[in-house]
Amino acid sequence: MARIDLDLAHAYRPDPKQESDYALLPLKMSFADGGAYALLGPSGCGKTTMLNIISGLLVPSQGSVSFDGRDVTGQTPQQRNIAQVFQFPVIYDTMTVAQNLAFPLRNRGVPESRIRERVGRIAEMLELSGQLGQRAAGLSADAKQKISLGRGLVREDVSAVLFDEPLTVIDPHLKWQLRRKLKEIHRELRLTLIYVTHDQVEALTFADEVVVMSRGRAVQVGTAEALFERPAHTFVGHFIGSPGMNFLPAESRGGRLQVAGIELAAPVSLADGPVKVGIRPEHLSLTTEHHPGAVPATVQRLQDIGTCTLLTARVNGGDMKARLANGSALPAIGQTVWLQVLDLRTCFYRDDQLVA
Amino acid sequence: MQLSLERVTKKVGAQTWLYEQSIAPQPGAVTVLLGATQAGKTSLMRLMAGLDAPTTGKVRVSGEDVTGVPVRERNVAMVYQQFINYPSLTVAQNIASPLKLRGEANVKERVGELADKLHIGMFLGRYPQELSGGQQQRVALARALAKNAPLMLLDEPLVNLDYKLREELREELTLLFAAGDSTVVYATTEPAEALLLGGYTAVLDAGELLQYGPTAEVFHAPRSLRVARAFSDPPMNLLAGQASSAGVQLGGGLALPLALPPGAQGPVTVGLRASALAVGRPENDRPNGVELQARITLAEIAGSDTFVHLDSQAGELVAQLTGVHRFGLGELVLLRFSLADVYVFDAQGDLALAPDRLNRGIA
Repeated sequence: MARIDLDLAHAYRPDPKQESDYALLPLKMSFADGGAYALLGPSGCGKTTMLNIISGLLVPSQGSVSFDGRDVTGQTPQQRNIAQVFQFPVIYDTMTVAQNLAFPLRNRGVPESRIRERVGRIAEMLELSGQLGQRAAGLSADAKQKISLGRGLVREDVSAVLFDEPLTVIDPHLKWQLRRKLKEIHRELRLTLIYVTHDQVEALTFADEVVVMSRGRAVQVGTAEALFERPAHTFVGHFIGSPGMNFLPAESRGGRLQVAGIELAAPVSLADGPVKVGIRPEHLSLTTEHHPGAVPATVQRLQDIGTCTLLTARVNGGDMKARLANGSALPAIGQTVWLQVLDLRTCFYRDDQLVA
Repeated sequence: MQLSLERVTKKVGAQTWLYEQSIAPQPGAVTVLLGATQAGKTSLMRLMAGLDAPTTGKVRVSGEDVTGVPVRERNVAMVYQQFINYPSLTVAQNIASPLKLRGEANVKERVGELADKLHIGMFLGRYPQELSGGQQQRVALARALAKNAPLMLLDEPLVNLDYKLREELREELTLLFAAGDSTVVYATTEPAEALLLGGYTAVLDAGELLQYGPTAEVFHAPRSLRVARAFSDPPMNLLAGQASSAGVQLGGGLALPLALPPGAQGPVTVGLRASALAVGRPENDRPNGVELQARITLAEIAGSDTFVHLDSQAGELVAQLTGVHRFGLGELVLLRFSLADVYVFDAQGDLALAPDRLNRGIA
């Protein structure tokens, strides 16, 4: 296992001039030994580029990668001792489940007794023990992907295990179990794990720290709690949470806020000028007319989404969403309601950066 | 347009892909086909489209028997998981093709409007192969919407897209479906997607149609354990119990005083949705409904929700709490739920008692 440090940038084209020429803008980042990390962002954000640079599949166009302080920039994945799990199963159909799991160990000349022990343990963790003697060919896509995960995790001497959207082909119910399994496995084996995904639930439940990426930049590195409660950038507010954070344009002047066509007292001190008011649908509540910190809105839609009712309301400046608890009194479509946009959890942004 | 499948089956060789089932998707509304992979969603959709003929049974469109009539002779729009576009046409031409075929006016305007809704307005002059997979899929969707066919079949159309884009497009699609008058059939593996699309839901499992009805109704009153399992994410908590005239006795001596229908006696399964469980630290809590002590085995913060895994006298449970909540591993907490939120399934797995949605929260 290793601590990984990145101090680099990457452009797929030679001689990059502007920001958009970079797949990965200059960044410095460290992954602690034994930590569980996720790289989260939409397609094209640079997360797979970063993963490929860490694994050694890609050499960064500038800067360096080091493992435990040792420069490995020019080394292959084998030399770096990296295990990888991909989106689709990479296994040998003609081998049994046990032979597949043992393969990375046999390749490295690990003694048979040790192989048996290790394969047994990984199979147990992934609930594959009953299928060890079966040919991989006859198994479902789910089971094959579990073998892929097992192959990635079977060696204890790896520098890191890298996962590239490993649960894509898995059904929602099994996904739910496997997420938990991966977390347990991390707790037990304490390998350095780096997991790439565009799915916030996978990223946040798997990782101790999540790197949220957008357009070649790591916009925030933090715990699930920090990303949810205090998004450092409007992109993080939007990307984390379902639905994402609501934003309303506002103007700050002398401790007052012009927002949604009315004037409210600013709950925190803000420099004069334009700001964006951010509040999560989970924190937005209905309140009484002209309540301090509330704005008027017209109810557009109500959706029963099982766990709660999702309200969409139009305010002067945009649409806002609120998650209303099951059993709470619901307004009618077209009705005017008051939304509590300012409270202790409201975030304020200027030029997309959190300012208060 | 009324599409109806009457007692259809589909067998391929010795294998049954669809067991006998009848379904008539609500005209002008969205019907979601919900089920895991290989539940039979695509097979059923292919019968609806006329791509395959059923082994037995009939397919009717507005009363007329169209069993075996090939798809090109029927006005159907279909979008598959794997997007299909005309490679030699630009994005704009791809979207415009069904409009031109019908000789419609304001083609350019309609194309622009659809492209904007699907966030591909900036790519109108490009060719499909110059776009990412997700962008190509949106072109295919835009063309299907432009076709404005009376029957629109969408087979997991958003599955290959980023989760956030999926969320945005799902919202746009729901509005577009509501604004149009096509009968839409939409296959998905995700319960949350069915709930967000609203409309009607047909739950499929292993080739069987288990239940069809308004989405919220199927969700809140699943006819059987199998439906409840298929239509819950996170999975519904299921606990073994013994029913008597006094209610249900759970493991660890926990008694639920429920009024069960007369037939439900003996072994039953109690179901509790993760979102129906509340977790509090004992000292700040007041009694409300049923309470039991539980130990935290894992707390997963997943963005808008925290999933708390617990070990209790009644068995292992998962609670879904809104927002971010921190708990320590092994921490003792008080778990609460209302009797009004309890499902009871009888020994055959049929629903015996559904939550009383009107009296929610009243113990």
